[in-house]
Amino acid sequence: MALLVVKFDLKKRVKLAQTVWFMYWFAVLAGILVLSLGLFFKIELRKRSELMDNNESHFLPNVLIAMGLIACGINAFGGKVCYDSLDPTKFAKWKPMLKTFLVFCMGFNALLIVTSLLCFIMRIPLQFTLAEGLKNGMKYYKDTDTPGRCYMKRTLDLMQMEFRCCGNDNYRDWFEIQWVSNRYLDFSAKEVKDRIGSNVDGQYLMDGVPFSCCNPSSPRPCIQYQMTNNSAHYSYDHYTEELNVWRRGCRDALLSYYGGIMNTIGALVLLVAVTIGLQYVDTSLSTLANPEDMESESEGFLLEKTVKETFTDIMAKMKTMGKGAKVEEGGEEGVATVS
Amino acid sequence: MAVGKITFTKTEREKLAEVLWLLNWISVVTGAILFGLGLFLKIEIQKWQEVMSEQGILYVPHMLITTGLAACGINYLGSKICLDCADTNKFLRWKLVMIPYIVCTFFFTACVLVGALMCYSIRSQLEEALYLGLRNTMRFYKDTDTPGRCYLKKTLDLLQIQFQCCGNTDYRDWFQIQWISSRYLDMTNSAVVDRVRSNVEGKYLMDSVPFSCCSTLSSRPCIQHNLSNPGAHAHYDERSQQLNLWRRGCQQALLDHYTGIMQSIGLTVLLIWLFELLVLTGVRYLQTAMENVIRLGDPESESEGWILENSLAETACYNFSIIKSLGKCYQVDDDPNINVPTAAADQEVPSAQVQVNVTS
Repeated sequence: MALLVVKFDLKKRVKLAQTVWFMYWFAVLAGILVLSLGLFFKIELRKRSELMDNNESHFLPNVLIAMGLIACGINAFGGKVCYDSLDPTKFAKWKPMLKTFLVFCMGFNALLIVTSLLCFIMRIPLQFTLAEGLKNGMKYYKDTDTPGRCYMKRTLDLMQMEFRCCGNDNYRDWFEIQWVSNRYLDFSAKEVKDRIGSNVDGQYLMDGVPFSCCNPSSPRPCIQYQMTNNSAHYSYDHYTEELNVWRRGCRDALLSYYGGIMNTIGALVLLVAVTIGLQYVDTSLSTLANPEDMESESEGFLLEKTVKETFTDIMAKMKTMGKGAKVEEGGEEGVATVS
Repeated sequence: MAVGKITFTKTEREKLAEVLWLLNWISVVTGAILFGLGLFLKIEIQKWQEVMSEQGILYVPHMLITTGLAACGINYLGSKICLDCADTNKFLRWKLVMIPYIVCTFFFTACVLVGALMCYSIRSQLEEALYLGLRNTMRFYKDTDTPGRCYLKKTLDLLQIQFQCCGNTDYRDWFQIQWISSRYLDMTNSAVVDRVRSNVEGKYLMDSVPFSCCSTLSSRPCIQHNLSNPGAHAHYDERSQQLNLWRRGCQQALLDHYTGIMQSIGLTVLLIWLFELLVLTGVRYLQTAMENVIRLGDPESESEGWILENSLAETACYNFSIIKSLGKCYQVDDDPNINVPTAAADQEVPSAQVQVNVTS
């Protein structure tokens, strides 16, 4: 009792073959989409690799790129087979490979679903990498003369302006590190000497933030220095002032940005996997339906026997394969002991 | 003496019609591209409209948009006509429309050329508009509580950050205007009062710039205040001064940005114009060839096609005389059919004599 039996005459077969060929080319486009998503994600990670301590894992985008390429290849091949399926002479050379091809496709589809799940899960390691990277980034802000770190100031400034964030958790993180290099401090000034003297580690800390934290939407010119001293500025209360600098922390901002990218990519890859899976169903109908004689009717089915019977068949096959190996071993041992 | 005479066999005529049908469809696509370019330019101008003083330069994208839509329509009609032109019977349907269609297409192609040239010539107008617009925006920078001007601060800050520029021509433009609102000035402070009093117009001017002028390329934290006194800052040497703020003026930055866009658009429109000219020439040849075939009577024979039947000078004279006679239509002198009533009825001349007078 076959599964999902459908009768096909010549016209219906041609129609089915055309539809499936079309869907294969659509699947090639979907493969290109997955490839480009992988490339985009890789470029985004590369752009900010300094903030992730050059430690970020490129595993996920590489997998996406590979899957995209394989999808393109498989579906182009499937399209060619489909195109030939209406011509019995051409189809004859593909017929033996067909079953293995379909099984391979099913396996690839399962891999695609696993990849999309990975996209959702990989947020967590990314979170830790970002937190670590941002903390170090702020520490090296002032080291514009140290090779390897001289672009950190620029990267951080551009990032804070682009993502509208300030500091790691909030702007007060800048109060705890020295972000003005000693090269630009006047050590003869009393104020500087007092401040360094009052700090345990000899660091010049101040309640000020870099200019990139400033919010252009503020109605008053940006207050960057002496932020906690209300009397230093006219009509200013740092507890109620909300528009002066960006309130959000950069870790949150970057996380939600990358999280958004990964969620979107995961959803799209899942969609692609489902779409491709559906058309493999069609393929099995179409390819199994081709008889030798073009004009006659034929039956097409999904599986030759019912699901249960197919499953028991596969299990039996695997057992015989396992037994076959054991018998051979025993035979060989016997041969060995005889001599 | 015809201009550009070429002889066409029947197969050549049919081939020409097919090729022109295809070219017309491609022209529809280029018309859509023209429309898209106009739309893109309009959006780009409207993005920074607040820093431009008048709306005068919006006529360029509007011209491109209308020309693009006209191109789509005209070329769609053209493709229909050309498809029918291969067969002499179907051509008769379009015979009367052809001349007006070609004249229309000629003027439309001229419009495309004008559109392309406008893109290149608008630079001086843009320069003026940007200078005045930026000067006003900087003046209103502090008016974040005045309705209609409250977003100018944000716009100008974002402009300076995005285009990496400061002030109108130079960062020193900020020294000449009061960009801190009086709401945030402590009028009880003697220093503030002195500064305001020492200025003729009572403005609070300083040698400092807003934070958006700060350059991200600088290796030291940004110095915004006391800019005319380098000694006030530790180790503030020549090189630090060069890198500290953006050196370019926003007028120059925006001018470069828009000139670049318009030059690319102008070049594309010129290429589209050349293509349209080619299609127009092809249609003219097809029209004249088909008309000559009909005149000769035999659909299978060869026929000649040309751009102008007589030389350029003769055609110009002919057209002028047509326009003159159109004008004369409204004057009553030569027409024998009009009965001009004279004072005495018995002075009417018998009709035969009148005719003789006219023909001589």
